[in-house]
Amino acid sequence: MSGQVLLIEDEPNIIEAIKFILSREGWHVHTHSNGVDAADVVRSRAPDVLILDVMLPGRSGYDILRELRDDPATAALPVLMLTARGQSKDREMAERAGASRFMTKPFSNAEVLDAVRALTSVA
Amino acid sequence: MTTINALAAISVAYVLLLFAVAFFAERAAQRGNAGILRAPIIYTLSLSIYCTAWTFYGAVGSAARNGLEYMTIYLGPSLVLIGWWWGLRKLVRIGRSQRITSIADLISSRYGKSNLLGVGVTLLAVVGTTPYIALQLQSVTLSVEVFAQADAVNLHNKQFTAFWVAVGLSAFTVIFGTRNLDTNERHHGVVMAIALEAIVKLAALLAVGTFVVWGMSGGISGTLERIDQSSLGLWEVQGGRWVGLMMLSSAAFLCLPRMFQVLVVENDNDPQLRMAAWAFPLYLMLMSLFIVPIAVVGLDVLPAGSNPDLFVLTVPLSQGQNGLAVLSFLGGFSSATSMVIVAAIALSTMVSNHIVMPIWLRFSATTASVSGDVRQVVLLSRRLSIAGVLLLGYLYYAMSGGGEALATIGLVSFTGVAQVLPALLGGIFWRGATRTGALAGLTAGFGIWLYTLYLPSFGPGVVLPESFFVDGPLGVSWLHPHALFGIEGLDPLLHAVLWSLSLNTVAFFAASLMSFPSPLERLQGAQFVNVQQAPGSARGWSQGAAQAEDLMVMSQRILGATEAQALFQRAAQDQGLAGYLPEPTPAFLQVLERELSGSVGAATAHAMLGQIVGGMAVSVEDLMAVADETAQMMEYSARLEEQSAELSRTAAQLRAANDKLTRLSVQKDAFLSQISHELRTPMTSIRAFSEILRDTDGLTGEERNKYSSIIHDEAIRLTRLLDDLLDLSVLENGQVSLNIVQGTLREVLDRAQAAASANENGPALDIQRDLTRESVVLFTDTERLSQVFINLISNAGKYCDAAQPRLEIRVQKTDKDLLVDFIDNGSGVAPDAQDVIFEKFSRVSDQKAGGAGLGLAICRQITARLGGEISYLPGQGGAAFRVQLPLSMTRAA
Repeated sequence: MSGQVLLIEDEPNIIEAIKFILSREGWHVHTHSNGVDAADVVRSRAPDVLILDVMLPGRSGYDILRELRDDPATAALPVLMLTARGQSKDREMAERAGASRFMTKPFSNAEVLDAVRALTSVA
Repeated sequence: MTTINALAAISVAYVLLLFAVAFFAERAAQRGNAGILRAPIIYTLSLSIYCTAWTFYGAVGSAARNGLEYMTIYLGPSLVLIGWWWGLRKLVRIGRSQRITSIADLISSRYGKSNLLGVGVTLLAVVGTTPYIALQLQSVTLSVEVFAQADAVNLHNKQFTAFWVAVGLSAFTVIFGTRNLDTNERHHGVVMAIALEAIVKLAALLAVGTFVVWGMSGGISGTLERIDQSSLGLWEVQGGRWVGLMMLSSAAFLCLPRMFQVLVVENDNDPQLRMAAWAFPLYLMLMSLFIVPIAVVGLDVLPAGSNPDLFVLTVPLSQGQNGLAVLSFLGGFSSATSMVIVAAIALSTMVSNHIVMPIWLRFSATTASVSGDVRQVVLLSRRLSIAGVLLLGYLYYAMSGGGEALATIGLVSFTGVAQVLPALLGGIFWRGATRTGALAGLTAGFGIWLYTLYLPSFGPGVVLPESFFVDGPLGVSWLHPHALFGIEGLDPLLHAVLWSLSLNTVAFFAASLMSFPSPLERLQGAQFVNVQQAPGSARGWSQGAAQAEDLMVMSQRILGATEAQALFQRAAQDQGLAGYLPEPTPAFLQVLERELSGSVGAATAHAMLGQIVGGMAVSVEDLMAVADETAQMMEYSARLEEQSAELSRTAAQLRAANDKLTRLSVQKDAFLSQISHELRTPMTSIRAFSEILRDTDGLTGEERNKYSSIIHDEAIRLTRLLDDLLDLSVLENGQVSLNIVQGTLREVLDRAQAAASANENGPALDIQRDLTRESVVLFTDTERLSQVFINLISNAGKYCDAAQPRLEIRVQKTDKDLLVDFIDNGSGVAPDAQDVIFEKFSRVSDQKAGGAGLGLAICRQITARLGGEISYLPGQGGAAFRVQLPLSMTRAA
């Protein structure tokens, strides 16, 4: 299995963990840790899967996702959203913004792998 | 030789006693027990500065020369106090409600805060008072000379005595007259000292009188016989001159700068005036009781040609009563010094507020509100003015040679200051009076006084050429200084009084009727004339674009930080707001202006406020309020205004409460999300890396180490967060037990500084402290207190965005609290965030600064448990936090 994953997340330790897990399974992982220019980075990288955190410095993950869905080039991009605020309304907001999948921190490593695999096989 | 030495020693001891009295009165006032200082009797006694050395020595001289005429000088003030007390009450109330600092300030303030008028009255007062001060110096010198002659000592240099008396008086006045810049310009120490002097001079005169009547003339009947036999002749009363002199002394009683100072500026309440209305005439009567007997006996006993102005001293000396003579000397000395001290205070206030401050303000207009402590400038200019006023008095004395009879100089001064009377009375009783009218009247009166009385008083040929007094200037006889418009045969003094005051009044009325008052003049006029009906109902400011924070910065420079902060906090509370920044409503601006004018005078305060508020300050509604002239309208609108003020206050409170609730509910909602986020983030790393360690084969030793230390660090982060949460919840529920120990503030700050800098990263914070002020012993939970300080110091380290971050820690004591301020040089906290920063999880900026946003919430809980308070202090440049601890927990080290 190989493909491009873009991870947008601001906690250095979480970045390191996800990168480790996915790289071992053959994914190429690029990371970015700032919300402000995240949408541009997505467009220029054109990844197979995007992993997007909700609470980012500068701009919220929901906001970034809404912009991506409005853009035809990224409207169908598989997106896995991560959040640390596990309330039901957070899930609703993620769905409304257009998330393909939603995962609450802390997650198990297997869950992340499964989710990324599932998203790429659909695509 | 012995007498003169003893005299010197006694004078010095007496002055030291005055110092002590003034010192203890000031101390009592500072401690807040001003009860005795505000007693009506003290106020009444302080009015006695009306009786200067001129009346102490000169009344006897006047009686010896002109019979009972001296009585007019006592009758005038008595008539004013008894017959016109309602008018005085109005004047005194205006003085209190408008925070009037001097007579120049009153005139300037009434006529649209015109500084031109302020300057005019100030100059008039300085010119009119200088000879009067010279007179006091002369009387002290003359009386010392009397003792020197008795001792056959030749005083080589009379001016030497006068010079040192002037220096001593400046020192006393500077020390007690400008100790601090009081918001209401009251000088308890000085007033107490002059009250004591009042008693001394009365006692001295009564003692000399008693000795003359019972010791030398064999009782009352003997004295009356002696009077009948004496040549002291001119018993017939000159009606015109009597009326003129009585009017003059009444006017002087109101308009002399020093009288205005004690009568209006130092007045604290109506009961003081009520007592003075009967007690001060009584005092004057006692002062005048023995004048005639002393004059008669003096003329009888002493060789012909003796100076009758010194009978009070020379009669006891001629009888070998040295002790009595020294007491009498002290009486005269008291009369002279008390007059000079109060006159110097009054004049220095005028000179500083109307001349120095406006000039200073003009030349530093751009920097006035940003740099420099205005208070220091005001104090310095007052001190220099005091020295200047006394120097002028001394120069006048030295140059005039001190030859004139005492009474003449006094009357010249009286007539000069009486020129303010038409503008003063017109200003408080007639709303039609205008600035132009006041200027015209003052100019006319002042000019005529100069020409017909002041300049001629130097003698023909000194200032005005002799030819003027023969057949008028350039031969125009109707311009003769003593016979204007061809009216001849009048006494020169009466002639001057008549012409100056009548032309002054005519000019005042005519120019007032012909000119149109500006809106501000109308407003001020309404406030002054209607002071009893509706105190402060008209407004001076419309809603301007003023920023409360700018106003605060300026007020701190003038009133001092503590007073300004208290004023702003009170105003905010009245409007139903928390914190230090009230809405800059017209009502608040007016209160603020009045407070400022207590320090720098109405005209200057108005100008300074105008700089910040911008534009001119009167709105259409305000003018309408003035136009409603009838008392009913005033009363009705005052009541309505009260109700609507009450309503809008309630509305403001509700709005603020509602805003806060909304913000709190949003925050409460966010609280769970926040807590979840703060807990789950470190947990995510812990779970992910522990799974990696468990599931992955073939990890290198290095990788294992790295991942397990990530787990370790994140676990610690979790623990710290839980600690903070628990700490906060314990504090909030009040289950905390304090560990009260003794320590100094400096130790606590040292510890906090060390702890905060240990986990500092980024540019180093430059911490400035004042170690001497920190030596305060605390009885408190020093651990908890240091926790607060650590938070504040590390917040400054995290959030201060200056290129070279600096934190200043200031310590000060008020009467109840110990204040520790932490002020950095960054961009501060935005006004709308200032009252939420103490809530949980309220990080001001979006950027992560490491903490969970619980620090200030914990600080607030801790200070509350310690009996104090923590607040944000706006208007300090950068972010500023104030920790306030009750002083009962401290003690000076």
